[in-house]
Amino acid sequence: MKRYFQNKSLLNLVFTFLGGVLLLFIIAPLAGMYLNTSFNSVHNAVGSEEVQASVWLSLWTSMAGTILFSFFAIPLAYLLARKNFPFKSLVNGIVDIPIIIPHSAAGIAVLGIITRDSFLGRAGELFGIKFVGNPAGIILAMAFVSIPFLINAARDGFAAVPERLEKIALTLDASPTRVFFTISLPLAWRSILSGFILMWARGMSEFGAVIIIAYNPKTAPVLIFERFTSYGLKYSVPVAVVFVTVCLIIFVTLRLIKKKN
Amino acid sequence: MLVVDNISLKAGNFELKNINFRVDKGDYFVILGISGVGKSLLLESIAGLTKISSGEIILRGRKISDEKIQRRNISIVYQDADLFPHLTVFENIAYPLHSRKEKNIKEKVLTAAEQTGIADKLERIPETLSGGEYQRVALARSLASGNDIFLLDEPLSSLDSKSKNELRVLLRKLNRNGITIIHVTHDYEEAVSLANKIGIMEKGEIVHVASPEEIFKHPKSEFVAQFIGIKNFLRGELKALRESDLKEFSIDGIKIFSLTDAGDGEAFLLIQPDEISISNSVESGSARNHFKGKITDIARAKIGIEVTVDIGCELISLISIDAMNSLELKIGKEVWINFKASSCKIYN
Repeated sequence: MKRYFQNKSLLNLVFTFLGGVLLLFIIAPLAGMYLNTSFNSVHNAVGSEEVQASVWLSLWTSMAGTILFSFFAIPLAYLLARKNFPFKSLVNGIVDIPIIIPHSAAGIAVLGIITRDSFLGRAGELFGIKFVGNPAGIILAMAFVSIPFLINAARDGFAAVPERLEKIALTLDASPTRVFFTISLPLAWRSILSGFILMWARGMSEFGAVIIIAYNPKTAPVLIFERFTSYGLKYSVPVAVVFVTVCLIIFVTLRLIKKKN
Repeated sequence: MLVVDNISLKAGNFELKNINFRVDKGDYFVILGISGVGKSLLLESIAGLTKISSGEIILRGRKISDEKIQRRNISIVYQDADLFPHLTVFENIAYPLHSRKEKNIKEKVLTAAEQTGIADKLERIPETLSGGEYQRVALARSLASGNDIFLLDEPLSSLDSKSKNELRVLLRKLNRNGITIIHVTHDYEEAVSLANKIGIMEKGEIVHVASPEEIFKHPKSEFVAQFIGIKNFLRGELKALRESDLKEFSIDGIKIFSLTDAGDGEAFLLIQPDEISISNSVESGSARNHFKGKITDIARAKIGIEVTVDIGCELISLISIDAMNSLELKIGKEVWINFKASSCKIYN
């Protein structure tokens, strides 16, 4: 028995060490970035209109994409969780494609459907919407690469709602629409919110797909890249620090709100 | 009111085969069967939660087998986990009223909650309720739905005995007030205490439908007899005695003393055969019941011997072979049977 516990604590020690190394791998570069940046340079970056505009652009375009595409993602997630239909596995696979392909390739693919020659590009022009080099295009690029996070989280959330509750609601004279909005959606809400946060986060930090659709206006990741290639590490780090800080504040706050609920 | 006509279906490991029965308005129909025979599946198929593959379900003369769940006007209450966990008790009960866009919702919720005794729990959320309260809310919600036929899937199984008794009283009250109930259970005591009609379910089939008395006194199959395991089951009248804690159960002029808290009126009496002793002369002791009778049958049981004695009604006693030999028992011999008032279980 004693030996068992000794073995167990040894295992815990090894796992704690390995886990610690991994955490260090995540924290160390970020900590290094913060420690090697002077307060003045960060202060200057915060005051820069260009930096402010890029951070704001990243935040709102990603949020807009998340909200817009949630109207499509949530119904699809519900169908994937609740219904059986031909080629369901294929549909599940398609949903994950944006995760596995290079994001620059994703950008090129999205570009293909929004140029002036494409149907979407022509349709957009009719309503005065340009995609290429425009926030509308940035929204599409961000949504393309981040939508799997929302769909997958929402699908898991709906799947975890006991189907029996939905059926009982039907026996209580509720229409399927009422059942969806009063039972399925509220009970899956925590998972959907997680997916929402993940999609927003993934979207705003997207670089590869966005730079192909729109170099200008510059989102924060594009601005960081531009400062790095044009002026070097010293000029890009303060912008990175500002953007990472904004992201961290938002996500820690959202996680706390979610935990409280 | 409800006719289940030859329905069959297969779902996972469960199968229903050619199920037939009829439930009239005001019936309390209990479907009794061991776990895994498809009782819940049967209820779900009536409510429309599971589709049947053949046969018909007819409610008030209308074929509902192909109707959508929400058009069947049947409520279902499960053993647990059927309240909406994110809604308060009030919101749960109001749910069907909102679905139908009714007026005076507050008043109607209160009426249903008062009928089921949970009017003081309306602001609670389901996870804070006790087992008994939880089931009462589920019943209140079914009442608010306006449906007059309830399907109950083992509603008492997860309750302690006090809550069980209280809920039985409530179920009987709802039934008396006009709610037709189909209740599935594996517990014969539940069936005896609630049903006016019992269906025995075995391997996906209903093998016997009859009154509780008929089912327990004349089980149609070996399975029913074994499953129920009831030998001495009598229907009679229960009456309190003056200046005594005992009650008197009368059947065909025979008066049996019982120690029970059951109410007066029509009742069922159940005595386990191993609670009855046999003697050649009247015994003195704590037993309150002594009857002289004639042995009509002696049969070998799984363990020991079952001796049937006619005392005006037939009672079966389970004794050892050793006791039978020493008392020199044989068919036709007159003997005394003795049992305690506390061994008489009364259901009404």
